[in-house]
Amino acid sequence: MASALEPKLALARAVGALSRLRGGGATSAPGKLLVALDRDAIATLGARLGRGSALVSATNGKTTTTALAARIFEHAGIRLVHNRAGANMAGGIAAALLAAARPHKQIAGELGLFEVDELWLDSIASQLGPRAVLLGNLFRDQLDRYGELEAIAARWAEGLRAERLVLNADDPLVADLGRGRDRTLYFGLEDESLALPGLAHAADAKHCRRCGAPYFFERVYLGHLGHYRCPSCGQQRPEPIVTATDVTLQGVRSASFTLRTPAGSGRVALGLPGLYNVYNALAAAALASALEVELNSILAGLDGATAAFGRAEAVTLSLASAAAGAGPLTRELRILLVKNPAGANEVLRTLALEPGQHDLLGVLNDNIADGRDVSWIWDADFELLAPRVRQMSCSGTRAAELALRMKYAGVAEQRIRVEPDLSRALAAAAADTADGAPLYALPTYTAMLALRELLVARGEANSAWG
Amino acid sequence: MLRVCALYPDLMNIYADRGNLLVLERRCLWRGIGFELSASGLGEPLDAERHDLYYLGGGQDRDQRLCAADLVERKREALHTAAARGAVVLGVCGGYQLLGHSYTLGEEQIAGVGLLDVRTVRSEGPRLIGNVAIEASLPDGAGPAAQRGTAAARDHVLAGFENHGGRTQLGAEALALGRVLKGHGNDGRSGLEGARRGSIVGTYLHGPLLPKNAWFADWLIARALAIDPGELAPLDDRLERAAHLGARRAAGV
Repeated sequence: MASALEPKLALARAVGALSRLRGGGATSAPGKLLVALDRDAIATLGARLGRGSALVSATNGKTTTTALAARIFEHAGIRLVHNRAGANMAGGIAAALLAAARPHKQIAGELGLFEVDELWLDSIASQLGPRAVLLGNLFRDQLDRYGELEAIAARWAEGLRAERLVLNADDPLVADLGRGRDRTLYFGLEDESLALPGLAHAADAKHCRRCGAPYFFERVYLGHLGHYRCPSCGQQRPEPIVTATDVTLQGVRSASFTLRTPAGSGRVALGLPGLYNVYNALAAAALASALEVELNSILAGLDGATAAFGRAEAVTLSLASAAAGAGPLTRELRILLVKNPAGANEVLRTLALEPGQHDLLGVLNDNIADGRDVSWIWDADFELLAPRVRQMSCSGTRAAELALRMKYAGVAEQRIRVEPDLSRALAAAAADTADGAPLYALPTYTAMLALRELLVARGEANSAWG
Repeated sequence: MLRVCALYPDLMNIYADRGNLLVLERRCLWRGIGFELSASGLGEPLDAERHDLYYLGGGQDRDQRLCAADLVERKREALHTAAARGAVVLGVCGGYQLLGHSYTLGEEQIAGVGLLDVRTVRSEGPRLIGNVAIEASLPDGAGPAAQRGTAAARDHVLAGFENHGGRTQLGAEALALGRVLKGHGNDGRSGLEGARRGSIVGTYLHGPLLPKNAWFADWLIARALAIDPGELAPLDDRLERAAHLGARRAAGV
């Protein structure tokens, strides 16, 4: 009975309002309740969107890619329903739809743009029947929760409901999902100068999805992303039609590239660093292109784009005034989320592009949203940065294990501090940061939330929840 | 000189197995003990004489199948010869399963190398996932407690993380590596974890087992060099101990 949804929306909304009054930051709570009250709520509300929905999933870069796509769609004048705060399971998506729902079966928005957790993707797609599903990459991540990569890929391959797939041609696991499907749009990087000498230690998907023989990689850009072919069965990287060429990386600040699409090309200057963000921007452009957004809107949307919440975000820190005397002392804090080896390696590689010695605050948590298993730090190439560490404060629930990782990566023990308490670790790290140098914070997901909360409490950052 | 051979390091490495090799390397070099790391991958021969410690980590199901066939076909004999002369063989997670007789997935049975008298069956039940701590039973001279002359059992604790769908049963000839203090262990029921026969060790404590348990890294190094762990020069292990205690706390021990 379709009309029965309205009172449930009201109830879920009331509960959400109560939870906010109590100071809860949980953006998905009313959505969870709504789904519990009506398991078709996402499908019912999604069907009200005049332009349908687009879903974005990946191991790394979901939030940034979706934020970039949102900028593009907004430039194109398309009103969005978007789970902006990154709550990306059923509850978070239901909450975004609930917030947009209006009386008389109306909804405030034309296109649903949803970042979706890898494990929830098939279920959300079957409910929404999206116009497009964008898949960016699959890396090893939180194996305690997600199972193994192949299992996720197999699950997606079994049948992902979507009118159109938008796939990263450079990721063999992702690209193979387009096999036997019509209208798949592939995107990829075409820039020989970015090729790495070989596969990273933590590279996944080294063997052909079809016949099991090892792939031959002509180029590796990042992790297992690159140009590959199977010498045994001939399977190879599909030819992408949306590409990035002439990529320039400018340390931890920015990156630029030439975007080529069937509709033409243009230069994109991002306010975001690193090759991983070039991939994110390229993915967002490919999604917009698949949904027939004009090139001008794509370029305008990407131009000057800055960090998503907690991703390469910059905050000005005030130092305790004891040392001061001559005006306020400040340090720039840059937050670079690290949560799995592939993502961490790109952050480490980007940091290594910055000259000089670095002051670091690493925060390793093992809460459920981080993955309870912190083994992954041994897969990340902290060795890249080890010779460049002036000092590193290690914090979080597994602070000592991060410190030990740095020691075995080759950082002298006297440069390493263990301080599980985040507030004290931040203060100590900031106090030790060289004058004029930034302090780089490398937090896991819940550590990033805790760090932002701390910065908001210190009056140094704005609340993400608006 | 400690000579280590990693088996299939590019495939059997899913839970950061590299950490184990790195810990062995550093702890040797810090003591002035030479260290040599070799690898033997798919289709490559394995030298039964050349190495003191053979390491086999965990992989994805698909990769593990590829390795199992190769292991039985090309490396089984060399591993048995090496083990018979006293070399250390360490199998972690998937590597532990392949050191046993077999791994059964429904109708399919994957043969292992049979160095340990264990059999593993993939269960329909949930994967056994979580922090884990065990009390290892090792011959005399192992563990920091024994080195101090106080053989308090709690100082034989190994802490780590497990994540496996297979349930492993010990045969008559296998000894467990230890008793489960917290976590699931071999099958979630027996209260036993891992298996050991002489210097052949298998465990579900995956990936960076040795970073979390530096004392066990030293036990393996000593065993592989055929010396007593007490003969190894002491190192400044403050961070190692803190990390060990952190892993134990996470397991609730």
